[in-house]
Amino acid sequence: MITLKVNGTSQELDVNPDMPLLWALRDTLNLTGTKFGCGVAQCGACTVHVDGQAVRSCTITVGQVAGRTITTIEGLSGKVADAVTKAWQQLDVVQCGYCQSGQIMSAIKLLTINKKPTNKEIDAGMGGNICRCGTYVRIRQAIHEAAKTLA
Amino acid sequence: MHPINFNKLAAPTPSRREFLIGAAATAGVFVLGAYIPFPKRAFAQENSGMAKGIYDPNVFLKIGTDNTVTLLSKHFDMGQGAPTGLATLVAEELEADWSSMRIEFAPNNAKLYNNLAFGPVMGTGGSTSTTEAWEQMRQVGAAARMMFVTAAAKQWQVPAADITVRKGVLRHAASGKTATFGELADAAMRVPVPTDVPLKDPKAWTLIGTKLPRLDSLDKTTGKAVYALDIRRPGMLTAVIKHPELFGARVASFDPTETMKIVGVVDVVQIPTGVAVLAKDTWSAIRGRNMLKVTWETSQAETRSTTDIFDEYRALAGKPGVQALRRGDATAGLKHAVKTVEAEFTMPYLTHAPMEPLNATLELRSDGAEMWSGCQLKTLDEATLANILELKPEQIKIHTLYGGGSFGRRGSFSQPGNPVGDWIIELAEIVKTIKGRAPVHLLWTREDDIKGGFYRPMALHKVTAGIDAKGHIAGWQHATVSKSIIMGTAFEPMAVKDGVDATAVEGIADTPYAINALSVDWHNVKTPVPVLWMRSVGHSHTAFVMETILDDLAHLAKKDPLNFRLDLLAQQPRDAAVVKLAAEKSGWTYALPNGHGRGLAYHRSFNTRVAMVAEVSVKGKAITVDRIVAAVDCGIAVNPDVIEAQIQGAIGFTLSAVLRNQITLNKGVVEQNNFYDYEPTRMPEMPKVEVHIVKSAERPTGIGEPGVPPVAPSIGNAIFAATGKRLRHLPLTL
Repeated sequence: MITLKVNGTSQELDVNPDMPLLWALRDTLNLTGTKFGCGVAQCGACTVHVDGQAVRSCTITVGQVAGRTITTIEGLSGKVADAVTKAWQQLDVVQCGYCQSGQIMSAIKLLTINKKPTNKEIDAGMGGNICRCGTYVRIRQAIHEAAKTLA
Repeated sequence: MHPINFNKLAAPTPSRREFLIGAAATAGVFVLGAYIPFPKRAFAQENSGMAKGIYDPNVFLKIGTDNTVTLLSKHFDMGQGAPTGLATLVAEELEADWSSMRIEFAPNNAKLYNNLAFGPVMGTGGSTSTTEAWEQMRQVGAAARMMFVTAAAKQWQVPAADITVRKGVLRHAASGKTATFGELADAAMRVPVPTDVPLKDPKAWTLIGTKLPRLDSLDKTTGKAVYALDIRRPGMLTAVIKHPELFGARVASFDPTETMKIVGVVDVVQIPTGVAVLAKDTWSAIRGRNMLKVTWETSQAETRSTTDIFDEYRALAGKPGVQALRRGDATAGLKHAVKTVEAEFTMPYLTHAPMEPLNATLELRSDGAEMWSGCQLKTLDEATLANILELKPEQIKIHTLYGGGSFGRRGSFSQPGNPVGDWIIELAEIVKTIKGRAPVHLLWTREDDIKGGFYRPMALHKVTAGIDAKGHIAGWQHATVSKSIIMGTAFEPMAVKDGVDATAVEGIADTPYAINALSVDWHNVKTPVPVLWMRSVGHSHTAFVMETILDDLAHLAKKDPLNFRLDLLAQQPRDAAVVKLAAEKSGWTYALPNGHGRGLAYHRSFNTRVAMVAEVSVKGKAITVDRIVAAVDCGIAVNPDVIEAQIQGAIGFTLSAVLRNQITLNKGVVEQNNFYDYEPTRMPEMPKVEVHIVKSAERPTGIGEPGVPPVAPSIGNAIFAATGKRLRHLPLTL
């Protein structure tokens, strides 16, 4: 049994410790807001927070995150998360929406460590998240918008 | 397996283009179906005396006692925002409050929810959603509003003419009586559907043409939106499939011993296109597949490399092909040319790579089957499942979910019997093989997706074009080679005429430019590599060739590329206006520093006109796209914000195909695997984008696809302006 602390709740999981966190979240805990895009940490659709760090849940294993604090899109709260999701909604960033959980998780992390990111800093912070619909123009705008709200 | 004649599905319909003119006239007889969305509706047949062409709001709307208005959207969403657009049309005429509007995706029913552009087929694609439903959805809203007014008039004993409706509230000014949609829903649904449904004067529109928020934003920013991948059924097994490395190879034998040792793996079964591993969870299925040993029979397989295939294409392009167009006499015209350009262009296979990998869940029951899927062509999927599972189409229930991107890929029409597997067929084969003992969720991993075929066809174009002494186009001979997407499919009656697949030559044979001596030949090719429409279909390669050659000719004629195009569009005022607008907003006449260049491209597709001016900077071999200014005329802009998003997105989607993406074969084996070697555009590469929409009173036309075609040529022409180097092979490399 492995104990995972997800979105403020500790849960016992009877899974192989080598299972990627992504599949434990999705298949075992039924938290499907975190998405599978590539399986090789290239697209960021599976981004979650582990002890406040943005990580790719498709390559980190359940064993590696046992006992650590995990937050998924379903468990977001706080000023930064509110500002980001509101900016996303206000600017209608989404198209197909599939990558956006991961984009939002990365944006929250970026704005948590950098209250007013420049375009270059947004490029660096968001470069690991692919959006095939090409919503980047609006993601950039939404991050600036959220930064304004937080100022 | 029963071979299915998909052609039966496609009734003899007018072509896509003919439809766009005549949608209202061809809007079919309404048939009240078994599906009764209003709660407790027991009197559906009362409305059977419908007038021809009038749609019953009961089929499309659910209005709750909580005042919510839910549109049962015939179109699903794969990112383009079509359902938001349809809801706008309904709400406009219904006089609903936008905040009360909701969307559900309609169940599969080709009679009730057919795409008026496709015939009796329920499907989303071809940039048709808004334009095909333009009258229908407004009629639905208007008819529902009239039913509410009639109900209120009866209840209040006042003349209907004295009742006003505004933001979901009915009001009788003289008596001060008011009621909400929710309060009157029960009475309104008993009112016969009106036979004469006048629509609003455009001057009275309050929603159409405004920036309304998308109805799916909240769900898609909170992780609540449900995609096919998120479906969980009791006892569900997850399947992944081991496919052959070669297209057209078949299973000779397999050894499941090591796979079955993986904890969580439940079964290993052979299907016609591979070997499926079924497990209790996704990870175990993937691990099980890694351990699976399969030997393949490869006698019918494609074993050539990309260079060999292009050699074949090159040889074909030198021979006469099927004549797709003869306008004037190109050969005679070229004899008068004083300067000519003769050039070959190549475009690789491309894959759609939607962010949500291909997947679906299927459950077999004693009385039929249910599928959960985010697919574009419900009626074809319904037929495929019925065919393989030996059921009647009406025994198939499809729950449509959000599509995590598609770009055409979820509009697959592969048929059972194709040696190369596609996911819906494979899912049905697995369920059939295990006799439906558990619901099955089939997942194609990213590698399956990248390597799995159904690519944008690779294409080779050969063009000879020239200008006369006055700098006018003297003649243009155009030969193109690509595998037909349409032949042998349900769409053949729509898009194949006189042996020519319209999607292979669209953008050339129907060019709006006044090229008076133009010949277009096409060669089809045979290969087991399956091809499919990808966002903008044929235009995705033809526009690059057309707009590059036009730039060549302008250069030969020593004319400004803008004026050269405007001269050729003198008889096409809407097209010319778009080109002018993009040029003006881009600052076309202002000089750029050394190493920078500006390129113009214009293309009409899906009856929408898009011009782009790209600005690039070149350092050594590195190409950076700094800015793209776009102008678009898609008729009435139902939601300008969604239109802007589609152009921005089309640029983001296409940029990586322009700069690096390609699927290549090495002795038949696809060389790419995942996003590390088929890498989509990333944030740091995204240029500044400006979108300018032409104000129009014309019928709305498509917007999901037309942003794609001008991207590559505008960038290529900008590179030429910056460097003097003419690039004719995609992806563009210096």
